[in-house]
Amino acid sequence: MTEAERAPDSVGAAPRAASLETVLGLRNATLALGGRTLWAGLDLDVHAGEFIAVLGANGSGKTSLLRVILGQQRLVSGSVDFLGQPVARGNRRIGYIPQQKLADEGTPLRARDLVGLGVDGHRWGVPWPSRRRRRLVDELLDSVGATAYARVPVATLSGGEQQRLRVGQALAGDPRLLLCDEPLLSLDLAHQRAVSELIDLHRRQRQLGVLFVTHDVNPVLDLVDRVLYLAGGRFRIGTPDQVLRSEVLSELYGSPVDVIRTRGRIVVVGTADAPQAHPDGPHAHHDEHHDPGHASEAGERGGR
Amino acid sequence: MIPLLLATSAHTIAHSSAPDWWSQIFDFENYGQLVVLLRNSILAGAVLGLVGGLIGTFVMSRDMAFAVHGISELSFAGASAGLLFGVGVVQGSLAGSLVAALLIGLLGSRARERNSITAVLMPFGLGLGILCLALYPGRSANKFGLLTGQIVAIDTPQIGAMAAISIVVVVGLGIVWRPLTFASVDADVAAARGVPTRALSIVFMLLLGLAVAVSVQVVGALLVLSILVTPAAAALRVSASPFVVPVLSVVFGVVSMVGGIMLALGGAVPISPYVTTISFAIYLLCRLIAWTRRRRGAVGRRMPVGATATAAARDDSARVETA
Repeated sequence: MTEAERAPDSVGAAPRAASLETVLGLRNATLALGGRTLWAGLDLDVHAGEFIAVLGANGSGKTSLLRVILGQQRLVSGSVDFLGQPVARGNRRIGYIPQQKLADEGTPLRARDLVGLGVDGHRWGVPWPSRRRRRLVDELLDSVGATAYARVPVATLSGGEQQRLRVGQALAGDPRLLLCDEPLLSLDLAHQRAVSELIDLHRRQRQLGVLFVTHDVNPVLDLVDRVLYLAGGRFRIGTPDQVLRSEVLSELYGSPVDVIRTRGRIVVVGTADAPQAHPDGPHAHHDEHHDPGHASEAGERGGR
Repeated sequence: MIPLLLATSAHTIAHSSAPDWWSQIFDFENYGQLVVLLRNSILAGAVLGLVGGLIGTFVMSRDMAFAVHGISELSFAGASAGLLFGVGVVQGSLAGSLVAALLIGLLGSRARERNSITAVLMPFGLGLGILCLALYPGRSANKFGLLTGQIVAIDTPQIGAMAAISIVVVVGLGIVWRPLTFASVDADVAAARGVPTRALSIVFMLLLGLAVAVSVQVVGALLVLSILVTPAAAALRVSASPFVVPVLSVVFGVVSMVGGIMLALGGAVPISPYVTTISFAIYLLCRLIAWTRRRRGAVGRRMPVGATATAAARDDSARVETA
């Protein structure tokens, strides 16, 4: 498995926007939660400027992977290094973009305050206004095209606008790595496109490594350099063309899976109704749709 | 001495014109002298307004109004026990509210769990308090005061203790202000950024317990929400700025408390109805302001020059997106 995974690197499928600098490295990493192995023997290098989509069923350990990198979850074995150092909680050079959640009305937060939390929300004490801070927040708002609604309460913004702010907030610490956890969930198609292009723009400009967890690869298909596909405790890494193939996913799932390419979209069929294919029992076979775009959204949201 | 004086004045009023409710509620005879005599109480009210206004913004953004009510009932139980066993009302209510705040904080990390734990603790605390009061042989005015508040019954050492606790709350909030804000309004990202969200929530519960214990002394266990929630809720109606909201909330809290005490000085009824009425009136006013603003379509979006004509249309589309 590891050989298959290393292949794309050594063959020189050089990611388009990526340099050779490694920002994140996982070595032989194994994660188990509650006695269940989510993935084992994971080797992954994320290069500066590289966009990697993390795909897989619910419960396959996509979000847990991000938690490991954020230092919130410990590996059973193996190592995770960020910029050559073992990961620790609260690294300022890692930006995090969560899925869009509608902020409550009555949240004391305007657009610029949400971005400002990324700048200095982690520091102790009372916030003091300063020219430097104001300029920094203005620049971040400008870089994500949110200047026009800088003073609007977050709760009254649309989902797409909120996610733009999330990008700005994540960029505040001058990160080298962006971790995105379903950032497009519950956005309409136009906003999905706008937000993914915004992330793409900044990873190119700033040479950010991007790990993009998503249940649907299609909105970012033309942006990703590589795909990490997690399923049933195992994984595949490679370019979308290498991984998103019927024979590769069939082998990964251990059951027949069809990958259909139609009109520039990829549809994965046959994973949901094959519970026996999952060595880890009943957890893995819930509403798992790689079937892009539609069906899965309600399921994923309902499950949370 | 002060309570004695008040009690006598109330007594006279009650006797001179028994059916005259108005003079029981409002009576400004000898007002100047009363204000001087009750300087400490007014000061205590102002401090409490400050504490309530500040912590209230976090109570709102952490969605803990119900938990505040639960803590105050256990604070009442502690205060009654303190009265019964002669430990002291302040000490008792402090112990009660800290225990309640810690229990709710440790057992109820999620909103639903927190609500059920609060709902379980609350009647138990109230029952315990009633038991202690029933067994207490002293004056019944003291008993009633714990539930409905009686700042004028507070003597000088009590005011000293209240001030000390209030200082702890304000300074404590000042230290954790930024990360607590982050953790309260944006928990996932705060945790990702290394903010110790769990530790902060325990610290917050302790500070909240202290604030409730102080408030119970003044407005009583049943009316704590009017000082720890209403001012902040009102402020949130008219602003979303993390600077303006706490400032307004403090102003509303202080106005309610000090205004309530000033009005209550001459009357024969406890101060709490005055405080709750003022804070409620402020809340209504803020809702009204928010409503008129929304009708005018003032949402704070900046329009490019020359595009003001399309402003209304764009607001509408934005609203559709949000919906």
